Amino acid sequence: MAQATIAQTDAVTSSGSMITASGEPLKVSLARAERRKRLTAFFLVVPLLIFILITFIIPIGDMALNSVRNPEVVTYLPRTADAIQEWDGQGLPDEVVFEALVEDLREGMGTPAIGRVGARLNYEKSGMRSTMQRAGRAARQLEPPYRETLVERDATWGEPGTWRVIQRESSPFTLSYFIAALDRTYDDEGNIVQVREDQRIYVQLFIRTFMLSLVITALTLLLGFPIAYLMAHQPARIANLLMILVLLPFWTSLLVRTSSWIVMLQQQGVLNDLMVLVGLIGDDGRLLMVYNQTGTIVAMTHILLPFMVLPLYSVMKTIPPSYMRAARSLGANQWTAFWRIYVPQTTAGIGAGGVLVFIISIGYYITPALVGGQSGQMISNFIAFHMQRSLNWGLAAALGTILLAAVILLYYLYNRIIGVDRLKLG
Amino acid sequence: MTIQMKTGLLASAAMGALVATAAPVAAETSLTVVSWGGAYTASQQRAYHEPYMEQNPDVTIINDDGSANALAGLRAQSQAGNVTWDLVDMLPSDAQLACEEGLILQIDHDEMLAAAPDGTPASEDFLPGSLGDCFIPQIVYSTVLTFNTEMFPEDQQPSSIADLFDVENYPGRRALQDRPGTNLEWALYADGVHPDEIYDVLRTPEGVDRAFAKLDTIKDHLVFWTEGSQAPQLLADKEVAFSTGYNGRMFNAAEVEGQPFQIIWDGQVVEWDGWVVPAGGNNVEAVMDYLYWATDSQRLADQAKYISYGPARASSGELVSTHADLGIDMNPHMPTHPDNYQTPIILDNEFWTDYGDELRERFASWMLN
Amino acid sequence: MALPTYAGPLERSWYYAFRIICAAIFVFLIAPILIIIPLSFNAEPYFTFTRAMLTFDPDGYSLRWYEDFWNSTSWMASIRNSFIIAIGATIVSTSLGTLAALGLSRSHMPFRAAIMGVLISPMIVPLIISAAGMFFFYSKINMAQTYLGIILAHAALGTPFVVITVTATLSGFDHSLTRAAASLGADPTTTFFKVTMPLILPGVISGALFAFITSFDEVVIVLFLAGVEQRTIPREMWSGIRESISPTILAVASILIAISVLLLLSLELLRRRNERLRGIVES
Repeated sequence: MAQATIAQTDAVTSSGSMITASGEPLKVSLARAERRKRLTAFFLVVPLLIFILITFIIPIGDMALNSVRNPEVVTYLPRTADAIQEWDGQGLPDEVVFEALVEDLREGMGTPAIGRVGARLNYEKSGMRSTMQRAGRAARQLEPPYRETLVERDATWGEPGTWRVIQRESSPFTLSYFIAALDRTYDDEGNIVQVREDQRIYVQLFIRTFMLSLVITALTLLLGFPIAYLMAHQPARIANLLMILVLLPFWTSLLVRTSSWIVMLQQQGVLNDLMVLVGLIGDDGRLLMVYNQTGTIVAMTHILLPFMVLPLYSVMKTIPPSYMRAARSLGANQWTAFWRIYVPQTTAGIGAGGVLVFIISIGYYITPALVGGQSGQMISNFIAFHMQRSLNWGLAAALGTILLAAVILLYYLYNRIIGVDRLKLG
Repeated sequence: MTIQMKTGLLASAAMGALVATAAPVAAETSLTVVSWGGAYTASQQRAYHEPYMEQNPDVTIINDDGSANALAGLRAQSQAGNVTWDLVDMLPSDAQLACEEGLILQIDHDEMLAAAPDGTPASEDFLPGSLGDCFIPQIVYSTVLTFNTEMFPEDQQPSSIADLFDVENYPGRRALQDRPGTNLEWALYADGVHPDEIYDVLRTPEGVDRAFAKLDTIKDHLVFWTEGSQAPQLLADKEVAFSTGYNGRMFNAAEVEGQPFQIIWDGQVVEWDGWVVPAGGNNVEAVMDYLYWATDSQRLADQAKYISYGPARASSGELVSTHADLGIDMNPHMPTHPDNYQTPIILDNEFWTDYGDELRERFASWMLN
Repeated sequence: MALPTYAGPLERSWYYAFRIICAAIFVFLIAPILIIIPLSFNAEPYFTFTRAMLTFDPDGYSLRWYEDFWNSTSWMASIRNSFIIAIGATIVSTSLGTLAALGLSRSHMPFRAAIMGVLISPMIVPLIISAAGMFFFYSKINMAQTYLGIILAHAALGTPFVVITVTATLSGFDHSLTRAAASLGADPTTTFFKVTMPLILPGVISGALFAFITSFDEVVIVLFLAGVEQRTIPREMWSGIRESISPTILAVASILIAISVLLLLSLELLRRRNERLRGIVES
């Protein structure tokens, strides 16, 4: 755009050196006006830009950094972190390292230090929390040589694995959280390996989140296409009326819609009652339709359907009906004309709606949390779990960063294909 | 630019008005007490908060149902240096972690807590093992197995933890809590491990495998609950035949609401629950005054009038009387009543703080697959 | 989409089948929302239609859940909080968003695509990630558990909607009108208030409505950032559904549905007015 305007001004000046009323060359005057306009435009945007940066972008960037930040060992066991760098990982570290640890512990006792380091190391090796606590309490009475006395008190200090964990985590940044988020861990030799099969969650959960989102996207397309088509081929008055039926759910509170589905689908709910009433199922054969994957899929399809219908409808409205008539008159039957002529023209709408629905579903939290039971949980629910319950904030940040990367990638594609400017609301 | 200023002024004026309405109105002390919500908070409200506010008209107590995420909240508030909670009800394992991280205040029990009516100092009056460095126990509660009596024929009512794992004789779906604690213990108990040895077995990888293998046998019949109040709800709706749950909630549903529930005391998992004081709060003095009063022998016994949790002080035991609304004797409903306390499993907090991270992941993975 | 006269019997039956399918989809869209309303008048604490309700026995219906709602201090506090927060967030996001849209719609805007990307981001980033980020950051700067913190967080979520709707209105804006005003001697401020503002006002208002409903319906951020004093209606509903679902929820839900119908109608009116003003003939 800027280029075009510059080209324009060039054209004016090249046609002769015009002078403004104030005696200034027109080119200079125009350039100044241009600059002023740009500045005005820019200054109009700046307040919001700063606002979004501070209230939104920086917090998210900060959270993403939490996935690699690893301050605990360096801050609270500074001498140990320093001394253990020299260790070659074979056998047990030298007495120097043990002495550094005991000094760190003596200093840290009575402060939050040992609790924080213990909690951090416990993510890497179960039992480290209480090992640290016991060592901390004993630190004052310990006598050199510390290597012997510590190992004697607690065999954990005699395991090379314990020290490898401390050595690994004694740098201010770590990849451990990302490794854990991909169901990987370090083995005793320090290689990255998959965790035991019965301990794997996240890769599978990412796959499930993607699959569920795909199913939901497909369902919204399946349900959205016919009604968008119907609306696009009705006179404006009827189309507007039908549009209100699409927009009402869109404007209704998410929690209202989610609770409606609980009321509809639960075992003592409306649908089961109805089916028992008409004799479709027995009273003891009530179907489980909520608090499982079915619940998540049904409720989310309902909630996201308007996001599919709106872009489809706006594309379909621009397709001239004459194309279909032409195809019919050239001998295509109704199905061929529809499939070969009409559908290809709607791909922009399908793409826009599809990507939009998919992006929203992979990050969904509320609905799966309320109606998903166990089998309907998605990755967001585990991020919340680690934020609030297990308090492994580093792991929550790592999972969040992976999800964020996926969303940004999809958004980038969306923008490349459709363009965010064409996003329409209501 | 003028527009910008105008809207800016408008926005800041509006904001000012909002902040003004949001600020506390009176200069009196207002204590934010964080607890578990539902029937439990209600019992504290009636046994402690209301009488205390009556005696101290300048104090207002606000309830916050944040205990389920209390540790996260304490960490965030301490990080911010903006501690808005004055008193928190939490489990001893979380209290232990919070204490080690310096998030809550150390308690000198004999100094800060009332002695028993006969003069026994607090440190000796609270039940053995219940006091923590930063933790003041209030109650003994237990996680129990409960069933809906209408879901089983009269001559075939379940009576033990083993029956939970016997889907042939006791068909129907079962609801367990969506985390490993208590479930792994019961799996081993049902598999024949003595209650006293459960944690020794669980500390070995083979023991954990054994517990999961036992859980596998009923996996197809399971649903999971998260919040304490969901368990009685699931049972009442007959979504499940069995559910695990907190004994107080189950008592409430059975006795107060008249649901056809029967508690199985066999293998009850016993734990404490109590108060901690966040470090850096604004009203520490007022909180300490409240705590001294609210944890004396009579008050702890009073809470049992409203909910069937056992008081954590020996001297409160004999003061436990009848339910405030129903008038029934509360003693037989206490987890610590000798009839109920035949085969208890005492929850090992040290174990769960050490192995919780790892086992929670394994349990989550198990639930997903 | 009238049936052509040359349609065969197959085509004819497909035509009716298609309408039935569409009707079923509309039922799927609307029924779950409407079903809540009669159920909220249930005299019994159940979530299904009782026999008394089905036979239209007046005893089967009652207002008890509305009374419960009305008499509950926590629900009443949540209404107040929801409005304080949503109105605050709407003011912030509408004013900042409209200004930015005015800037963005000028042809002289440098780095437009990049800036647009940043401004739209609160709409794209999954809420759980936004909430997690804000939880850490707002805790650090002492804004967690404050009204201001939640208002600012919600304002950030609402701005993309304002930017999009106002930019869309401006894209159909005839710039010769402002030039005409200027050539007739109006200064830029007068031009803005006398010419531009009335024309883009429908866009601004619908953007504001979007921002309002975004905040009014938001629960994830509130779950992470709000203390007990800032609990909003969705937050109360969340614990209601998660803990023990009581029919009071249905009464609240019915009221919220009424609010959304009102919002929807005002938006529809605005859209019509906008099209009339801009001389766009409905196609």
